[in-house]
Amino acid sequence: MPGGPIVEIRNLKKSYRRGSQIVPVLENITFDIAKGEFIALMGPSGSGKSTLLNLIAGIDRVDSGGIWVGGVDVTSLSETDLASWRAVNVGFIFQFYNLIPVLTAFENVELPLLLTGLSKKERRDHAEMALQVVNLSDRMDHYPSELSGGQQQRVAIARAVVTDPTILVADEPTGDLDRVSAADVLDLMGRLNIELGKTIIMVTHDPRAAEKARIIKHLEKGVLNDSS
Amino acid sequence: MILLKLLFKNAFRHKLRTSLTVLGITIAILAFGMLRTVVGAWYAGVEASSSTRLITRNAVSLVFFLPLSYKEKILQVPGVKEVGYSYWFGGVYISEKNFFPSFATEAKAALDLFPEFVLPESEKNAFLRDRKSAVVGRKTAKRFGWKKGDIVTLKGTIFPGNWEFVIRGIYRGAQKSTDETQFIFHWNYLNESLKKTAPYRADKVGWFLVGVKSPNVAADVAVAIDKMFKNSLAETITETEKAFQLSFISMTEAIVVVIQLVSIIVIIIIMVVMANTMAMTVRERTGEYAIMKTLGFGGWHMAGLIFGESLVIATLGSLLGIAFTFPAAKAFGDSLSQFFPVFVVSERTIYKDMAAGFIVAVVAAVFPIWRAIKLKVADGLRSIG
Repeated sequence: MPGGPIVEIRNLKKSYRRGSQIVPVLENITFDIAKGEFIALMGPSGSGKSTLLNLIAGIDRVDSGGIWVGGVDVTSLSETDLASWRAVNVGFIFQFYNLIPVLTAFENVELPLLLTGLSKKERRDHAEMALQVVNLSDRMDHYPSELSGGQQQRVAIARAVVTDPTILVADEPTGDLDRVSAADVLDLMGRLNIELGKTIIMVTHDPRAAEKARIIKHLEKGVLNDSS
Repeated sequence: MILLKLLFKNAFRHKLRTSLTVLGITIAILAFGMLRTVVGAWYAGVEASSSTRLITRNAVSLVFFLPLSYKEKILQVPGVKEVGYSYWFGGVYISEKNFFPSFATEAKAALDLFPEFVLPESEKNAFLRDRKSAVVGRKTAKRFGWKKGDIVTLKGTIFPGNWEFVIRGIYRGAQKSTDETQFIFHWNYLNESLKKTAPYRADKVGWFLVGVKSPNVAADVAVAIDKMFKNSLAETITETEKAFQLSFISMTEAIVVVIQLVSIIVIIIIMVVMANTMAMTVRERTGEYAIMKTLGFGGWHMAGLIFGESLVIATLGSLLGIAFTFPAAKAFGDSLSQFFPVFVVSERTIYKDMAAGFIVAVVAAVFPIWRAIKLKVADGLRSIG
């Protein structure tokens, strides 16, 4: 069950410069995400949902406002500190899987563990366990090009959870998958949330995907105007 | 280990491009090594010179002679161990294209003062006994197929006429830098003939070769010799063998400078080619670097991966270039031995090759590393789709 807030967002503003014009993307966003929550951010293209996800995950910078994740003010961290913070606290799942094509499934999952102080054996154990969770133990020596889209996305999920991060962020995780694979991936994310208590923030266009989340928030023209 | 694997896999991900870049570096390093070896060959005489040998020549110019009588006076100078003398003979074998250095020299002193000319005792004795005999370096002997006992006729360019010699010995060099193309014969043989044909040139020498007891006394001996002949009809300049050789090279210094410049330009060109390859590579992998940054890898990791990849390509090209330099230098040296008696790829050249390869790797990686470090994760991810 969800606990106290793990993500706190206050008066968040973000805009982009396009030529000489400044285009506002997010306007005064304020909300909390409880620990162990599974939240879906929905909205039309250009509504700012991916930008909001990037800001929460510490891969983009706010114009003003604050974001606290696990009590840490993400907006105050330097680039170097932010990188270290991401390595420990954030697991990423992308639409196009974004695996490193020249590394095997196992190596892709082991990659984030290189930034931890774990021994080689510990890294192996962790990576094997993560691949077991996504039911891909038998594909660990395969390269991404030898896996289907659904399998690649499951490897990406294993990579995201292998460091046991504070939050999982997923940007259109089923956007590039067929219906069956998408359902598998969503089931897996649901299990991660329910069985392992992972806090998941998912951006999606797909109402079926959003149904898996306990909370759905809508963004329109940079304004968070609805929640259910 | 994974990062190392990633680095190597990245280096060969675009096989054709990497192969062409490696080929380019190989050719550049080969050209650089060959040009540096040419420069080294230019200075071979300097490298081979001894610190215990001085050359005393006419102060006006090398083309003016010195009287033979100076020898006994020079021998009196404290610190002098032995004195020999030589003439540049300038003979050609059959035709002008068959050039090699030939000297009329005081045979015993020459052999004593040049221990790097290694000659079996029996050949040495045979040479000293026969006034019409000559000793020749093994490269020249091989070039013309000469053997011991052969009678060889040289056409004099400075001393006109046909001069006949019997080959009594074939020397080899004690070091790689020793010139193995020289042709040495007895000064007496030349002098006897000059007494009849050109008496005004008889009993004269081109230069004295002075052996000193230790390198420490060389400067004092040189000063003493020149002081002794000051205000005489033939004033002298005495200098170390090295300085003497350098004075020859200084006449062709412009050529050496041009060769050195060309060798540097070759490296600059390949540097630009390699930098272009690395820039293209990094641009193509913008998304992957963004992903790695997303996972928490920092700027130094990116720098290490990119520099490592650059180093792998440059090192491979450099090693191949160095490997090909040896057979290329041998072929070049064999075909042009009359101009470059010593054409050896030196250790220094190999180090310079390696340094050039390393500099290429560093310079080629600088801009891509800067771009990767400056890359904003969100922008990088957007480039994926």
